[in-house]
Amino acid sequence: MEMLSGAEMVIRSLQDQGVSRIYGYPGGSVLDIYDALFQQSSIEHVLVRHEQAAVHMADGYSRATGEVGTVLVTSGPGATNCITGIATAYMDSIPMVLISGQVPTTMIGEDAFQETDMIGVSRPIVKHSFLCKRAQDLPEIIKKAYYIASTGRPGPVVVDIPKDVMNPAITFPYEYPESVSLRSYNPTQQGHKKQIRKALKTLIEAKRPIIYAGGGAVWNDTPQLLKKFATHIGCPVTNTLMGLGVFPGTDEQCVGMLGMHGTLEANKSMHFSDVIFAIGVRFDDRTTNNLEKYCPNSTIIHIDIDPTSISKTVNADIPIVGYAHNVLIAMLEMIEDENLQNDKEAIAQWWKQINEWRDKKCLSYETNENSLKPQQVVQAMYKATNGDAYVCSDVGQHQMFAALYYPFDKPGRWINSGGLGTMGFGLPAAMGVQMEFPDSTVVCITGDGSIQMNIQELSTCLQYDLPVKIIILNNHSLGMVKQWQDMVYKGRHSHSYWDSVPDFVKLAEAYGHVGIKVEKPAELEGALERCFSLKDRLVVMDISVDELEHVYPMLIKFGAMNEMYLSKTERT
Amino acid sequence: MSKTVISLLIENESGATSRIVGLFSQRGYNIESLTVAATQDPSLSRMTLVTSGEPRVIEQIMKQLNKLIDVLKVLELTAGDYIEQEMSLVKVACIGSKRDEVCRLVDIFNGKIIDATPKIYTVRIFGDGNKLDAFVKQLEQACEIVEVVRSGVIGISRGERSLRA
Repeated sequence: MEMLSGAEMVIRSLQDQGVSRIYGYPGGSVLDIYDALFQQSSIEHVLVRHEQAAVHMADGYSRATGEVGTVLVTSGPGATNCITGIATAYMDSIPMVLISGQVPTTMIGEDAFQETDMIGVSRPIVKHSFLCKRAQDLPEIIKKAYYIASTGRPGPVVVDIPKDVMNPAITFPYEYPESVSLRSYNPTQQGHKKQIRKALKTLIEAKRPIIYAGGGAVWNDTPQLLKKFATHIGCPVTNTLMGLGVFPGTDEQCVGMLGMHGTLEANKSMHFSDVIFAIGVRFDDRTTNNLEKYCPNSTIIHIDIDPTSISKTVNADIPIVGYAHNVLIAMLEMIEDENLQNDKEAIAQWWKQINEWRDKKCLSYETNENSLKPQQVVQAMYKATNGDAYVCSDVGQHQMFAALYYPFDKPGRWINSGGLGTMGFGLPAAMGVQMEFPDSTVVCITGDGSIQMNIQELSTCLQYDLPVKIIILNNHSLGMVKQWQDMVYKGRHSHSYWDSVPDFVKLAEAYGHVGIKVEKPAELEGALERCFSLKDRLVVMDISVDELEHVYPMLIKFGAMNEMYLSKTERT
Repeated sequence: MSKTVISLLIENESGATSRIVGLFSQRGYNIESLTVAATQDPSLSRMTLVTSGEPRVIEQIMKQLNKLIDVLKVLELTAGDYIEQEMSLVKVACIGSKRDEVCRLVDIFNGKIIDATPKIYTVRIFGDGNKLDAFVKQLEQACEIVEVVRSGVIGISRGERSLRA
């Protein structure tokens, strides 16, 4: 059998796992792994400028491809810098393996240089973690890490490896396991047949059904199955922020996003439905508003791979634990075998009602010649990219504008930090996507606040030729904070304004990229055209937008799903 | 808010207990008592955990525990017939006639004096939580209690129902 050191085992295991790219940053306790990395060529290493960005890059890659992203960092600050990134992935159920160095086993607990209890620090935000104390265990632990990260409800897994375990002077026989099994981990894959039948019967009999699909419906061929299913039922479909693109945004049956900033038609359809078919969602507070007033007449069917998501906040009348695609396949088979048809007359009546809500055009806004509206920029961006870009978003007003005004027709095209709401996520996530799809248009939509949270990565972009298109909706403030201060704090703008905003054009140029400034509505289209024509250059678009604009619709606090502000002066 | 006794079979690995304890603190559940030790199979540990909460919270606790990778099996003992036992060691200061009174109480509660010095008795007692509470209450009236150690509850289901790997 082949003899390898611990450090070589890490690299070889990654190779045998099929990993072709890792994102990382070297440091004292992982120097042996970096040395092993140097002596091979099948794994590419991407050197970021801050560890948090490495995690977001792996995350972006994962969201766009469905594969497990891999990160390599050193102990102490290297590991703790990853925490926000790991938490981001955890909240959105993104598969990831993060390898962190650790001080030698003999020094653990002695407050050694660059020592942090990474297992302890990351414990609440990982799906699982391993502290590997013996080199012989490395291949199996790495195999388990990828298996756990990618199965069931996906999530990040941390593998912490002390420096002495990687000692290049000591070798052990190496064999990468073909497969692993864990006696304590067997996610339920198939839904319960009886429950599936009950759910389907309820859906077929429904007069006002709605499908509510989220981030758990992105994986495998769930989107195609969902389309087939929704077409058969003929009901409205709403996507969560995490599920945009799961059901085509431009499809007639799509009523748009639901929730705090959801469309009028989506939120009202939820509220007045008689059956809600929830797929891969978790009824989180941003989508339910007041739980006591939540969808009073709806029977709730909920498919999720994670039993803890079911009946956590909203009680599920018909829970189904299993992979969404397996459940949908079973349902489609039953429909076909038994020729199940629903009441088309009732569905037509339901649409009549929904179309009345649609006619209110809740996303309309006023434009003028002097200042650009952020919505206008997103719509122009949609036009300039033919609606087919990967759009990676940061967090704030721009995120909501993009979610509402850029309809996604494919899953994995809208990449944002939905659960944790991590400012600084957008640029590195876009880099991860761009690196995987060098010929595709990858946009980072961001604000003047968010972009500054990981702006150092412009340097990484130059090193790896990543022609990301960064669209900054610049309102010289923290727009979403300001909006809440306007609405809840009587306009007291406590620390939501900058006294200085950098010259983003010069900044782009300083990093070796192209910067374009847009100040007037008339300049927008031409500037965007130029931006997207520069195929092999990173372009920073600094677009000044109306500083007073708010995101609407917006659910009224403590209200039901049908209670919304539609503009600064109107409400439902 | 009823008392719930949960029995768990977990991997006997470093960090497994901290994941369970961490889960309770991070999700705002409370732990009233916790006991853990290896089983006859040294790769597994058996844990008995006492908590309380509304049925909805208990359901989430059970699901969240099941979700932890290190947890093999979870059983809500209080959902069926079960036996619980707890042990307590109580050190009391007593001299003169008080010593007789303590002996009598120990006898009534079926305990045992396992150490004695001229001024101190150390008593061991088994039972469920109520019995241990009652014993300590009676002792307090009879003498001065120096210290009380309780093992925390261990539990097992009655009859056929069992928790095995």
